[in-house]
Amino acid sequence: MQKIGVFVCHCGTNIAATVDVETVAKTLGKEPGVVFTTDYPYMCSQTGQQMIQDKIQELGLTGVVICSCSPRMHEQTFRKACHKAGLNDYMVEIANIREQCSWIHKDKQEATEKAVILGRAAIAKVQLNAPLTAGTSPVTKRALVIGGGIAGIQTALDIAEAGFEVDIVEKQPTIGGKMTQIDKTFPTLDCAACILTPKMVDCAQNEKIHIYAYSEVEQVGGFVGNFHVKIRRKARFVNEDVCTGCGACTEKCPQKKVPNAFNLGLDTRRAIYIPFAQAVPKVATIDPDYCNMLKNGKCGVCAKVCTAGAIDYKQKDTTIEREYGAIVAATGFNPIDLSQFDEFAYSKSPDVVSSLEFERLMNAAGPTGGTLLRPSDGTHPKTIVFVQCVGSRCEDAQKGKSYCSKICCMYTAKHAMLCREKYPDTDVYVFYIDVRTPGKNFDEFYRRAVEEYGVHYIKGMVGKVVPENGKLKVQASDLLDNRQLHIDADMVVLAAAIEPDKSARSVATMLTASMDTNDFFTEAHPKLRPVESPTAGVFLSGTCQGPKDIPETVAQASAAAAKVIGLLCKDSLTCNPCVAEPNELMCNGCSNCEKVCPYGAITYIDKEFRGPNRTTLIRRVAQVNPAVCQGCGACTVACMSGAMDLKGFSNKQIMAEVDAICR
Amino acid sequence: MEQNMMDTIARISGVNLRRCMRCGKCTASCPAFDEMEYHPHQFVSMVENGRIDELLASQGIYTCLSCFACVERCPRNVEPAKLIEAVRLAVIRKQGENHLHAEQIPAMLDDELPQQAIVSAFRKYKR
Amino acid sequence: MQVTWKPTIVAFCCNWCSYAGADLSGTNRLQYPANVKIIRIPCSCRLNPMFILRAFQKGADGVILCGCHPGDCHYTTGNYYARRRMTLLFSMLDFLGIEKGRTRVEWVSAAEGAKFAATMNEFVKTITELGENRRLEDLRCKE
Repeated sequence: MQKIGVFVCHCGTNIAATVDVETVAKTLGKEPGVVFTTDYPYMCSQTGQQMIQDKIQELGLTGVVICSCSPRMHEQTFRKACHKAGLNDYMVEIANIREQCSWIHKDKQEATEKAVILGRAAIAKVQLNAPLTAGTSPVTKRALVIGGGIAGIQTALDIAEAGFEVDIVEKQPTIGGKMTQIDKTFPTLDCAACILTPKMVDCAQNEKIHIYAYSEVEQVGGFVGNFHVKIRRKARFVNEDVCTGCGACTEKCPQKKVPNAFNLGLDTRRAIYIPFAQAVPKVATIDPDYCNMLKNGKCGVCAKVCTAGAIDYKQKDTTIEREYGAIVAATGFNPIDLSQFDEFAYSKSPDVVSSLEFERLMNAAGPTGGTLLRPSDGTHPKTIVFVQCVGSRCEDAQKGKSYCSKICCMYTAKHAMLCREKYPDTDVYVFYIDVRTPGKNFDEFYRRAVEEYGVHYIKGMVGKVVPENGKLKVQASDLLDNRQLHIDADMVVLAAAIEPDKSARSVATMLTASMDTNDFFTEAHPKLRPVESPTAGVFLSGTCQGPKDIPETVAQASAAAAKVIGLLCKDSLTCNPCVAEPNELMCNGCSNCEKVCPYGAITYIDKEFRGPNRTTLIRRVAQVNPAVCQGCGACTVACMSGAMDLKGFSNKQIMAEVDAICR
Repeated sequence: MEQNMMDTIARISGVNLRRCMRCGKCTASCPAFDEMEYHPHQFVSMVENGRIDELLASQGIYTCLSCFACVERCPRNVEPAKLIEAVRLAVIRKQGENHLHAEQIPAMLDDELPQQAIVSAFRKYKR
Repeated sequence: MQVTWKPTIVAFCCNWCSYAGADLSGTNRLQYPANVKIIRIPCSCRLNPMFILRAFQKGADGVILCGCHPGDCHYTTGNYYARRRMTLLFSMLDFLGIEKGRTRVEWVSAAEGAKFAATMNEFVKTITELGENRRLEDLRCKE
C-alpha cells in the first residue's frame, strides 16, 4: 500500500477563486492510501516545494499527488523537488485543476466537484505507479554523413571543427554533388566551383574527416549513440592510395564512346575517368560497363601508361564496418525524368534541354567550353524559351510532383540573365505560372532580369513545342494579355521539378527514419525540430528533407552539425524511462508490435524458458530497446496477448484513472 | 513602325515599361474602370507588346480622368497615367501627318480623276 | 429529460497536441462543461479500445479521443493507428447497441484551444440529448 500525500495549490486566486481548495484537500484525504493532505497558496514556490520535501521525509511518503496547474507547466519542478527528498521522480502525479478546471468553469460547486474527481484519478494512478529509473547508454564519438554534396560537406566540416571524427559516404567517385555541375549561383552570380572546391579540399585535408567516395551504406543497426554501419566500397579497379590523379590513363584509354554522366550525356568520356578536374579524391575510376579489359580481357592500355602502377583489374568490392554515435542523411536530389512530357518534345529534339543540362552548356568546363551552342547543330541560339514548373505543382503523380520545387524560379532568372548578358542579341522568354522569389535579394534579382536585362517574362504555360525545320515551334499563352503566342525558338529550356535521390528510400529504411509520400525525409517537428529525424540520432541535412537552394542547404547542414555535436559531446545518454516493456511470459511472438513501432525499437529474440518437468523450451519473444523506444504506446495496443505495456502509462494505471472518473 | 511608336511613347512618357510586375493595383485604383475599354494595366502591357494601333484607336484613352491614382499607388513607380497621356499625345501628333507621298501618286492615278483634285490633294496634304 | 442528470464524459488527450490544446483553452478562459474529465496519454495510439469499453462499463456516457492532426503526430504515425483502431471499435460499439454519437475522435492541435472548447461543448450537448447510457455488464468474477 502506498503512502500518498496530496498537496492542493491555490495558485494565488487562480485556482482558489473557483475551486474550494480546502474541501478538495479534505475530501481527497478520505481516499485509500492518502495519509496527508494540505493546501497552500503557491505550491511551486520555494516554501511550497520545501513543504512537500519535508512531508516526504517526515511521513515517509511513497507517492505524491499535486493538484495544481498543468503538468506541462510544473511537472519537472515538482519531480525535481521530490527527487531531492529521496522520492523517485515517477512517483509524482499532477492533477490539472487550473487549466482544465478552475479557469474554464465559473460555478464553484461544479468546479470543486471536478477538482476532487481529477485528484482522485491522480491518486488512483499513483497507487499503481512504480519507481522508474532512466537508463543510460554510451555514445560513440564519431559521426557518419551519408551523401557528399554541399550539405554533407558542410555538415562534416562543422562536426570536424568541433573535434569529432566524421566519415562521409558518397556513392559517386567524387564528393561535391550537384553543386559541381552548376555554373553560377544566384543571386550573386559567383561561380559554383570557385566556392565549392575549396570546401571539398578542406574536407580532404581535414584529418578528422574520412571520405569514403564510390561507396554505399549497406546496413545500419543499433540506435542513437551506438549505430553499427556496414559500408560497401565499390571497386574502382584503381588503387586509391597509389593513384596520383595525373590523368594519363584517361587520355590514352581507347574506349572513347562513353556518355559523360558529369555533363549529363551531352558529351563523351573514356572508360577510365576522373569526373572533373577538381574531383576529391582525385583518383581515376574504371567504368566496368565500358572497359574492354574488364569485359573481355583485351586492352590493358591504362595499366601500361600508369607510371604509379595503380591499375588493378582484379579489385573487388570490400565492406567495412564502423560504429557511429550519430548519422546525418544528406542524400540530396535529382531533377525528374522529363520523358513523360511529350508536349515539350524533350525526347524528340536535342535542343530541348533540362535546366541542369543548360548549366553544363553554359559552364566553361562543360561540353561546349562555356559557349552557348545548340546541341543539335552547334549554332548559337537566337531565341531561347524557358518553361518553368515542368513537373512541379503537378497533381498527376505519373508525370510530376505535387510540390513546388522552390529553386526553379531563381535559377531560371539566373539563366535568362546570363544569356542576355553574354549574348545581348538573344531574345529570351520565360513562361511562368507564378514567380516565387522569397529570399534575401532574390526578388530584386528576378526584377533585374526583367528590368535591366529585358527578359520577357510571360504569365502562362507553354502548351506544346514542335521541332520543325531546325526550329522549335513554341505555342504558348500570355494570360495577362489574353493572347496566344507562337514563337520560333532555337532552344527550349525546361525547369524540371526536383525529387529526392532514388537511394534515399533505402537509406531511410535502413535508418528507420520516416519519409513523406514524396520520399523526402520527415523532420521530428515541422517548425521546431527541422533538422532532426523522428528517429533519435538521425539528422537531416539539405534537400533530402525538402527542396532547398544552396544558402538554405548550407544553413541546414550547419544546424544538423550543431545537433550532432550536441549529441556527441555527451558521454552517455539518459533514456526516457516511460518506455514499452513486454511481459515475456505472455508474449506469443506474433511480431505485431514490431510492425507498428515507428522507431524500430522492438526486436525478437529466441529465449530459453523453463518448461514443465525440468525441460526447457525456446520461445520467440519481443524485446524493447529502451534507448530507442520513445514511449508512444502503439505497440501496447497492437499486442494481442496483452504482453506489452508502457511504463508510466500502463494499462492498469489508465484503467484506474477511468474508474476514478466514472465512479 | 510599331517598335518606333513604342519607343516614342515610352520616351515621351518617361515610363520604364519593364518595371511593371503585373500586380494590377493601377486598375484596381482606377475610378473610371467601368467606362474604359482597356484598363491601366492593359495600357502598360499593350505598349510593351507593341499593340499601339489598337490603343490609338481606343476611346478608352479619353476616359482616363488623369486623376493619377494609379501613379500614386503603383508599387513599382511605373506611372500608367503618364503613359496614357503619351498615347493621347501620339494621337494628336498623328493628326498633322502626311498621308500621301509624292511617289505613291502615279499608282493611284485614275483616268477619270480630274487634274484639279490631284493638285488640291497635294495642297491639302502638303506639310 | 431529467434536469438533475449530468453526463459523465471521459476525454483521452494525447500529450503533445490535444492536452496542450486543452491547456490553451484554459489559458484563454474558454468555457466548457465540467462533466468533461481529461486523461493524459502519450499519444492517441496509446488508447487501447479496452479503455473505452471500461469507461462504458463503469458508467461513462460519452468518450472522446483527441489527438494530433493526421500527419502531425509527435511519433509520426501514431494517430493513423488510432484512427484505424477507432473505426473498428466504432462498428463494434454499434453492434453492441451503443449509439454512434457517444464515441468520437477529434484532431486538436496545441494551437486549437478554441476548437477544443467548441468540440467539448458540442459533444456534451450531443451526449445530453442522447441521455443516460446503458452500462455495459462486466461478466467477469468480481475480484
